[in-house]
Amino acid sequence: MKALLGSAGSGPAREAALALADGTVYRGHGFGASAVRDGEVIFNTSMTGYQEIVSDPSYAGQIVTMTYTQIGNVGVNPEDDESRRPFLSGFVVKEFFDEPSNWRARGGIDGFLAEAGVPGICGVDTRALVRRIRDAGAQAGVLSTDPALQAADELVALARRAPGLDGHDWVAKVTCDDPYRWDEGRWGGVGGQLPAPPRPERRLELVAYDFGIKRSILRLLVEQGFSVTVVPANTPAREALALGPDGVFLSNGPGDPRAVRGVREIVRELAESKPLFGICLGHQILGLALGGEIRKLKFGHHGGNQPGQDLATGRVAICAENHGYAVDAESLREAGEPVDVTHVNLNDGTVEGLAHRTKPIFSVQYHPEASPGPHDASYLFSRFRDMVERHAAGDAVTGALVATNQAC
Amino acid sequence: MPRREDINTIMVIGSGPIVIGQACEFDYSGTQACKALREDGYRVVLLNSNPATIMTDPETADHTYIEPMTVEAVERIMEVEHPDALLPTIGGQTALNLAVALADAGVLERHGVQLIGASLAAIHKAEDRELFRAAMDRIGLEVPISGVAKCLEQAREILKRTELPAIIRPSFTMGGTGGSVAYQDGDFDGLVEWALDQSPSGECLIEQSVLGWKEYELEVMRDHADNVVVVCSIENFDAMGVHTGDSITVAPAQTLTDREYQVMRDAAVAIMREIGVDTGGSNVQFGVDPKDGSLVVIEMNPRVSRSSALASKATGFPIAKIAAKLAVGYSLDEVRNDITRETPASFEPTIDYVVTKVPRFTFEKFPAADNTLTTQMKSVGEVMAIGRTFKESLQKAIRSLEIGHAGFETPALPDGTQGEEMLWGSIDVPRPGRPWAIAEALRRGASVEELHRRSLIDPWFLRRIKEIVDAEADLARADTAQREAWLRQAKQLGFSDARLADLWQTSESEVRTLRHRLGVRPVYKRVDTCGAEFEAHTPYLYSTYEDECEARPSDRKKIMILGGGPNRIGQGIEFDYCCVHAVFALRDAGFETIMVNCNPETVSTDYDTSDRLYFEPLTLEDVLAISDTEKPDGIIVQFGGQTPLKLAVPLEQAGAPIIGTPPDAIDRAEDRERFDELLETLGLQRPAGGVARSAGEAEAVAERIGFPVLVRPSYVLGGRAMQIVQDVAALRNYMRFAVRASAAHPVLIDCFLNDAIEVDVDAICDGERVVVGGIMEHIEEAGVHSGDSACSLPPYSLPSEVIEQIVESTRKLALELGVLGLMNVQYAVKQGELYVIEVNPRASRTVPFVSKAIGRPLAKLAALVMVGKSLDELGLTEEIIPGHYSVKEAVFPFVKFPGVDTLLGPEMKSTGEVMGIDSDFGRAFAKAQIQAGNSLPVGGTVLVSVRSDEHEQVVQPVRSLVENGFKVVATRGTARVLLEHGIESTTLNKAHEGSPHTVDCIESGEANLVINTVAPDTKAIEDSFSMRRAALQRGIPYCTTLAAARASAGAIRALQQESIGVRSLQEIHAKM
Repeated sequence: MKALLGSAGSGPAREAALALADGTVYRGHGFGASAVRDGEVIFNTSMTGYQEIVSDPSYAGQIVTMTYTQIGNVGVNPEDDESRRPFLSGFVVKEFFDEPSNWRARGGIDGFLAEAGVPGICGVDTRALVRRIRDAGAQAGVLSTDPALQAADELVALARRAPGLDGHDWVAKVTCDDPYRWDEGRWGGVGGQLPAPPRPERRLELVAYDFGIKRSILRLLVEQGFSVTVVPANTPAREALALGPDGVFLSNGPGDPRAVRGVREIVRELAESKPLFGICLGHQILGLALGGEIRKLKFGHHGGNQPGQDLATGRVAICAENHGYAVDAESLREAGEPVDVTHVNLNDGTVEGLAHRTKPIFSVQYHPEASPGPHDASYLFSRFRDMVERHAAGDAVTGALVATNQAC
Repeated sequence: MPRREDINTIMVIGSGPIVIGQACEFDYSGTQACKALREDGYRVVLLNSNPATIMTDPETADHTYIEPMTVEAVERIMEVEHPDALLPTIGGQTALNLAVALADAGVLERHGVQLIGASLAAIHKAEDRELFRAAMDRIGLEVPISGVAKCLEQAREILKRTELPAIIRPSFTMGGTGGSVAYQDGDFDGLVEWALDQSPSGECLIEQSVLGWKEYELEVMRDHADNVVVVCSIENFDAMGVHTGDSITVAPAQTLTDREYQVMRDAAVAIMREIGVDTGGSNVQFGVDPKDGSLVVIEMNPRVSRSSALASKATGFPIAKIAAKLAVGYSLDEVRNDITRETPASFEPTIDYVVTKVPRFTFEKFPAADNTLTTQMKSVGEVMAIGRTFKESLQKAIRSLEIGHAGFETPALPDGTQGEEMLWGSIDVPRPGRPWAIAEALRRGASVEELHRRSLIDPWFLRRIKEIVDAEADLARADTAQREAWLRQAKQLGFSDARLADLWQTSESEVRTLRHRLGVRPVYKRVDTCGAEFEAHTPYLYSTYEDECEARPSDRKKIMILGGGPNRIGQGIEFDYCCVHAVFALRDAGFETIMVNCNPETVSTDYDTSDRLYFEPLTLEDVLAISDTEKPDGIIVQFGGQTPLKLAVPLEQAGAPIIGTPPDAIDRAEDRERFDELLETLGLQRPAGGVARSAGEAEAVAERIGFPVLVRPSYVLGGRAMQIVQDVAALRNYMRFAVRASAAHPVLIDCFLNDAIEVDVDAICDGERVVVGGIMEHIEEAGVHSGDSACSLPPYSLPSEVIEQIVESTRKLALELGVLGLMNVQYAVKQGELYVIEVNPRASRTVPFVSKAIGRPLAKLAALVMVGKSLDELGLTEEIIPGHYSVKEAVFPFVKFPGVDTLLGPEMKSTGEVMGIDSDFGRAFAKAQIQAGNSLPVGGTVLVSVRSDEHEQVVQPVRSLVENGFKVVATRGTARVLLEHGIESTTLNKAHEGSPHTVDCIESGEANLVINTVAPDTKAIEDSFSMRRAALQRGIPYCTTLAAARASAGAIRALQQESIGVRSLQEIHAKM
């Protein structure tokens, strides 16, 4: 029997199911692509910005559940894409709407996912699913919108065979094939918003390692007066250095940082001579390069409301975070590298920021570029600019020095 | 930084009586703040003139002053209490304005009191339209083109820039009082003059209209370390132009991309910093152009507001409590999130449901008022509903309203073009019924695009209503198999059983039976601030139709208390007070308490008031479902007013364990024939009367008992549609237009007792013993609704034989009805004879007033009686007659409704109340008048114009005024009689007789007090209307009854003898 009008999102109802490795099966209606995909099932607590989430390459290999229930309201638009296409494995929502209501919308979420080959499921008791993940931890799952594959036992068996994130190099699947230049600044289309600070006049050369980089990071780097060259994740250090950068940026990206081939060595080499700034996976890779260890979190931090405290000032920024792994603070101390923990997450005390005491290096686990999320931490981009500029001028600037700079 | 050690005593100011724009949300925030401050070891001194609040319970603050909220009274209190700091940000606009007045008068400086929460500079910057606009300019934010006018000429100058339509906003008022939209040049001058009148600073803003833009609000908190969090975003369903208090609002915002939302968030944070709100919560309102996303700042309130109460309930983040903590030095990361226990308050709540607030209007009380929704708030209450989707949440909110809607019923419209025009008329112009009109237009095939164009409501919301309407069409056509297959989906869309019964032409109980047979039952989810990221330790629950239930009921002994639903005239904060008291008493007695309510403004819906909170509609369906889940040992229905009382019989029939007075007693008291039998058995009398089920019967009854008669429908609260009818023609008119009498809904007709004194009695009964809580003698004579009449406890003029008779009758009634708990009786005394007017076997509106007057918490005691305690055990065995006088006075919303008369009658019109306590009646009455905004003059001129049959009686109070130095001006008839009694006066024309007339006398400022009574005929009322209205607009105290005139004259005498003193409630109670 057909579904009651108004009850199944827009469009005709399609059967869909999400199976977890622990045997739980959630049934609902499908949208997006007709496909069967596996991935690590996680949840994101942002109430706005589903388009940025869906198009963030950091979600490669994951099935993302939105805790907020009304998804698709504002459609999708070209400016808010964070990458060339969605890389996530699946999208789980309570209710979605395909007809957008927003002046910038150029299409609906349904078509957007379908085009990218990503299946979506709606009508799920997402809160029950989130509570399950919270209590049991993130785990492998399979999302099927294929009418031919809906049997619970088959789906659960597939979920149990899913490779998961640990030990797999997901960066290789999302990084760019060739270097490219990026010169677009921030989108500024809203009248009445706070005026943007003027861009610094002097341009500095920057190489950005693409582990799955978000465009909003690139935009903010450009706003800081960097001329940005984006390079593939496996670009050898000497090739990057040959581009003559004043600084190097290590981007966010998906999956297990320990499994990304070759980057530890690359970063170690870059750290010898260049100012470095890492975000998210870039921060974790830096942590590894400095001799630290990585641990996996139970279900990670994925959302735009996390309290990140700057230990130098005591101030709390409301942070966008998206990570399932974290740098282990103890291991860094044991490694003997002169590195300070500069930021912590006040919910669970995890390391959210590092700064080097002798080198111009710092990094954060959270996302100062937000998108989606609050802009509280965007000052870190100007801090980076400041560090690179001083380093280029021959100052003995360090990450720790700029991290305690109260002026920011 | 931890708590400040340099302050010890903190004075907190409440918001005074409930008025439109300032309701019980400030009791909620004030109570939270007082609790939070005392938790931290501060000594809290509280001032609030509203007795019906939890805030003014003697337990909430260390010292509680129910005194006039004036600079003089505060200074007296400061002289006694020596506070170190004043927290002005949790008592609404009233507290903020009083704080500014205290600072301006030098009182704060004189007593070394510092403002905490918001500095004077910040308050000025936020409230002064000119300073605010300059501040926004500095940080580069846009505000609508505007200018501040102090006179009409300036206003017209500004209008050249803003053009029409223009928004007119007076400075320093709350709920948009005096605000309006001028569409046409002809309206502009009058609207500006009104606004200038309403503003305490005599200025108003003329602002470019952004009508039709989308309206948003952000609730923002900041601590002294400059950490800022946004607690909640709210999107208005109605576009700009409708006051946010009158708009349906939805949390979180629905139609913003993250980029747009963050631009707004950045702006809100920048505004907090620029305005300089040191600590605490603020509310910032924005307009967004739907065409290109342009953003303008509309206004910000540097204080806890109605929206912050809503945001607190919507997210579980207690804004007022945390604002209080931040005000005394804590930073956000030092305050714990009570719900998760492990995480700090320095985060932004995320919600995994949709919250919809719908305002409740009472235009039926003010037929002369314009019900167009504009920039001045007109609603008297609100409901909030939580659902997992907007559709579910909206439909739950609709059935929570208790306005006879179970869903989107088809509105009654005439056939043909006329109906079509009426339909679109109510879509083009925002009015209370617009959502139903939109649904009907969709049903008739209108497109979302057209509806958007005409209503300016965002298409996203309109599409959701369309989905509901489409589903209804499916459901209405469904055969039995489809009904069964679709039932679950229908429930997920928020359809009530009652609405499904309508669509299927069956009964609600049939639908419920089907639902139970198919196992379609709600589950309960928790409100946890964090979208389930952390475990919630507080059972704050809402229903939905999904897989997993998080209710996890305990196996403790438990009592469920049903709340009062939305505030409305006749049923307000007093009932929430009673419910909260029941919770406190039962919790202390070891029971688990379960609260059910849907009013976000209340203390009862604070998650830490009861052990478990169900934020749910108070309908039979929703209450039964909770009862099925919780399986309580008892359900209390007698504290929440008429709302839960209506459910008593059906709940009992469905097997729910009602405790307290048996539901049948309610029927015996309400059903006219059974009530007559009861009185006969007890040998009591009531005014002659009868029941009419048709117009013919009504005439027969009236002929028998003689005119004037009092007519009303049975089973109503607040005197809804109650009238005094003088003759047959008026009776016919009433039966034709005012009510639709039928066998099921008869009309009650009673002999009207002219000049009788009314008396209200609250009593408590444990089945064996009856103790009178308080006897209240009304000031206004019978004919004025008891809720609108001032009253005195103890009685100030009743002879002791009558009082003895009252006590005895009350005792008999309670025992005969089998009351277990509270009972209220209204009596009339005429020529020494006692008449029973009505009996309500439930908590009444006056319970908080009485409790504070006698120093005993009647509602708490009643709750304990209901669970089996005897009055003996509770230590209340005899009536307490206090040695001081307590006077309750009513507060009216007339000023909000231009064109509405201020005469009082049998239909209740007041929104709130104040209490004056003093050693004699005159002084207590004077205090109550000051608190009600009727600041009695101690000298000057009294304008007297009374009906001819009252000429003789007005002599005494006028003489008293003359003796106390007043000059008299009077209309001719009155003047003649006064002269006959040796009182000289200047004569004036009545307004319709031409200048110099009464209205001139008021508008010129000559009159300081007006005494005006009118014969109950339309012409006399119309002739004197402009005089009363002028007095109201000018804020000149006026008496519309002789009784009030007498009491006022006495009060003025008392005021002349000695200026007012202040005493704390704790001190008063200790002396009893």
